[in-house]
Amino acid sequence: MLGSFHGGVHPHGNKGMASHKAIEPLPMPQRLYVPLHQHAGQPCDPCVTVGQKVLKGEEIGRSDAWVSTPIHAPTSGTVVGIEEYPAGHPSGLTMLTVVIDPDGEDRWSDSIAGIADPMNAEPAVIQERIRWAGIVGLGGAVYPSFIKMTPPKGKKVETLLINGAECEPYLTSDERVMVERAKETIAGIEIMMHTLPTSKCVIGIEDNKPEAIKAMTEAARSYNGIRVQPMPAMYPQGARQQLVEAITGKQVPSGARLVDIGLLVHNVTTAYSIYEAVVHGKPLITRVVTVSGRGIAKPANLETLLGTPIRNLIDHCGGMKPGVRKVILGGPMMGLAVDNLDVPVVKGIAGVLALLQNEIVDKPEQPCIRCGRCVQACPMSLVPSEMAWRAKVNQLDVMPELHLNDCIECGSCGFVCPSNIPLVQYFRYAKLAIQADRRAQKKLDMDKARTKAKAARVEQEKLEKERQKEAMKAAMAARKKAAAEAAPAEAAPAAPAAPATETVAAAVATDAAPVAEGAAALSDAESKAARAARAAQAARAARAAKAAKEQA
Amino acid sequence: MSQTNLLTTTSPHVHDGDSVANVMEAVIWALMPATAMAVMIFGWTALLVILITTLSCLVTEHLFLKLRKRPSAVADRSAALTGLLLALTLPPHSPWWMCVAGGVFAILVGKQVYGGLGYNMFNPALIARVFLLISFPAQMTAWPAVNPLFSEQAYSLGDSIAIIMTGQSSAPELADAVSTATPLGQYRTETGMGKTVQDAMGGKYTGYDEVRAASGLIGGSLGETSALLLAAGGIYLLRKKVITWHIPVTMFAGCLVPATIFWTFDPAHYPDPVFHLLTGGLVIGAFYMATDMVTSPITVKGQIIFGLGCGLLTYLIRTWSGYPEGVSFAVVLMNAVVPLIDQYTRPRAYGQVA
Ligand code: SF4
Ligand code: SF4
Repeated sequence: MLGSFHGGVHPHGNKGMASHKAIEPLPMPQRLYVPLHQHAGQPCDPCVTVGQKVLKGEEIGRSDAWVSTPIHAPTSGTVVGIEEYPAGHPSGLTMLTVVIDPDGEDRWSDSIAGIADPMNAEPAVIQERIRWAGIVGLGGAVYPSFIKMTPPKGKKVETLLINGAECEPYLTSDERVMVERAKETIAGIEIMMHTLPTSKCVIGIEDNKPEAIKAMTEAARSYNGIRVQPMPAMYPQGARQQLVEAITGKQVPSGARLVDIGLLVHNVTTAYSIYEAVVHGKPLITRVVTVSGRGIAKPANLETLLGTPIRNLIDHCGGMKPGVRKVILGGPMMGLAVDNLDVPVVKGIAGVLALLQNEIVDKPEQPCIRCGRCVQACPMSLVPSEMAWRAKVNQLDVMPELHLNDCIECGSCGFVCPSNIPLVQYFRYAKLAIQADRRAQKKLDMDKARTKAKAARVEQEKLEKERQKEAMKAAMAARKKAAAEAAPAEAAPAAPAAPATETVAAAVATDAAPVAEGAAALSDAESKAARAARAAQAARAARAAKAAKEQA
Repeated sequence: MSQTNLLTTTSPHVHDGDSVANVMEAVIWALMPATAMAVMIFGWTALLVILITTLSCLVTEHLFLKLRKRPSAVADRSAALTGLLLALTLPPHSPWWMCVAGGVFAILVGKQVYGGLGYNMFNPALIARVFLLISFPAQMTAWPAVNPLFSEQAYSLGDSIAIIMTGQSSAPELADAVSTATPLGQYRTETGMGKTVQDAMGGKYTGYDEVRAASGLIGGSLGETSALLLAAGGIYLLRKKVITWHIPVTMFAGCLVPATIFWTFDPAHYPDPVFHLLTGGLVIGAFYMATDMVTSPITVKGQIIFGLGCGLLTYLIRTWSGYPEGVSFAVVLMNAVVPLIDQYTRPRAYGQVA
């Protein structure tokens, strides 16, 4: 059946507050804080220095890693600092950030230029442009788009799926882009189809956005192969797997890539950004952010420079009403609650919400009553209740069987749980704990290998020494003999010195190298895991203390 | 700077607003019409049985949690629901001490020894009923004739109190009253003595006909009476999405399909399915007992297996065991295999090849 996937929930859309508000530009902030890590993959290194003048669209951070994208100056001005600054991060961590004081001229760099005839350009040229422009999945996954736009050899994308579902409540930024920039978005899609290449595209839009459906259908009319597919509103329709299931009726095999089944999903605003980058040469330096929630005086959709502190957005919308209990980056189902209004807007943030007490969950956790609602709600057909209690008692070895890794952390289970169990929190903890275990195991294996190699080396060295001694003895004897016999013959060369030592060392080194690389790649995750472990420990201690108190 | 008045708990940040207390309360409301009917039909004694049982559950829950120095969970309404459900499985003239014993047993042994709500393996109300049935078989199968409230034969409030508190009453008709049997009991005893169903039902026992059974004007435990009102409450729960259709429908099927088959082939010895549906505890069991979330499977597939099992066992016990009524035993037996069912009916995760 078209337009449906397994499970799912119906949270109140709450979109009316902002859905009819046209996109308006946010006035230039006093100061921009542009983090150097706004995408999945490796963070960028700064390529500017403090005091340097930068122009709008100039690269200010880049990385040599494949999975990474550059960061650009959102406006012209002066770099006044490259420093650690609060980021929208689960544990309130800081991030290396380029601080820019705008000069007010907002002058573009001279190198900014579109590709003249994109529909006749080489795919490689467009792929490189998308990479250079720093475009990432704007639905929240922030995975570098150029990688998805470069199908692996031998794979073909049959259908390009464009995600206009915007299933998160409150958020309306994709909707506004579709309504106001439908032509450009469709042009972006056409460029994507040319690049992949593919001749078929389906744009999935939930039916609670009739204006967007109308505008996009209208704009797509003159293109063959682009079809708008209205879908019944249901969360999490915009999640990759669910969109695929809803539109094609197929499920993405666990562990497989979309392209393995001939599909590709891009967010609709990503398509618009690709248009801007390819046709006008503009890198990704702004995005539309929905500012909404009952705690916001005048909700709006703001075209915001990346790096703008969220405080500016909230203030522009008339500030917060009294009684705001949560400020959320992103949507209320998957977004991140922050208590620091200085954190900047980054590429993946589609909304800033200020929610009042009556809009949020703030009730104590109760025991699971096994009502099964989470099971019915889970779009990945998992058993959240079981995963949660097993995580609680640290039974991590059964998690693969329960497919914990397939959990997309959509929050549907927590949304319906009558016992207010923070299920997603348990899953995140379990995932991190498993990662940490795995790394510990790897390290153990490495240590073992190293010890073994060392023992072998020591053994070799001993053997060699003995051999040398023998050789020396032999030489001495020979010399003596020669002297004694008064024969001028030279001693035979000693037994070949074993080069084995070196070989072993080299082998160990090459073995260790990829592991070390992997460790570096995981270092971010590692620190997260360590934090999670610490948090878990603290929680355990707290529980123990409570239990002790109860017993006393 | 960070603002301390802002919460930073994890996503999801919104909720559908339902709570455990809401769920329990909905079930209690759904039972209200049938409860009221029970009081109407059996008089003040029924009200006393319900009040005493429910209170014992609430007090036990409260005291136990207080002793364990845990926060009181009386507010989650689950103890109240357990009490009401248990009361509805009792005979209308249950002595007070039996009500209290049942209530205490339900909460302590049925629930708290496992660790409280959510951890118990058996439906607390049913396990208490089974306990009472085994411990006090005489009192548990004493079925007074129906004496509707405000009718001529009705007991006065004073008489009712005397019946429940002392087992005695000044009312002369009490002696006769206790001698009737439930239709199911009647069928079991009589066919057991070699009579056909028609003889058994049409002969000595005259109280049975479908309309009276459906509306509740018939002997039995408090909640076994009005199939119609119980079903109405069940439909309310279905519509409010507190329960799903899977368990009730499959439980009915599990009992009524074999009933139909046997009756078709041998109507002389096997009563018709309508009889099975309308007498005894099938309706209350299917809508309110088997659907207890804590003690039923968590997946849809599991719920279907569970429902079928409950229904089938009910039929088996009713037809071939020494007990006339099988719903409680059937559900409790099926409760015991729920962990197993859960383990083998995990849904196929997204993207896993079957
Ligand atoms: S958060 Fe995970 S377990 Fe919960 S509903 Fe979403 S995918 Fe399923
Ligand atoms: S929704 Fe909550 S209470 Fe219900 S089964 Fe899942 S975890 Fe348990």
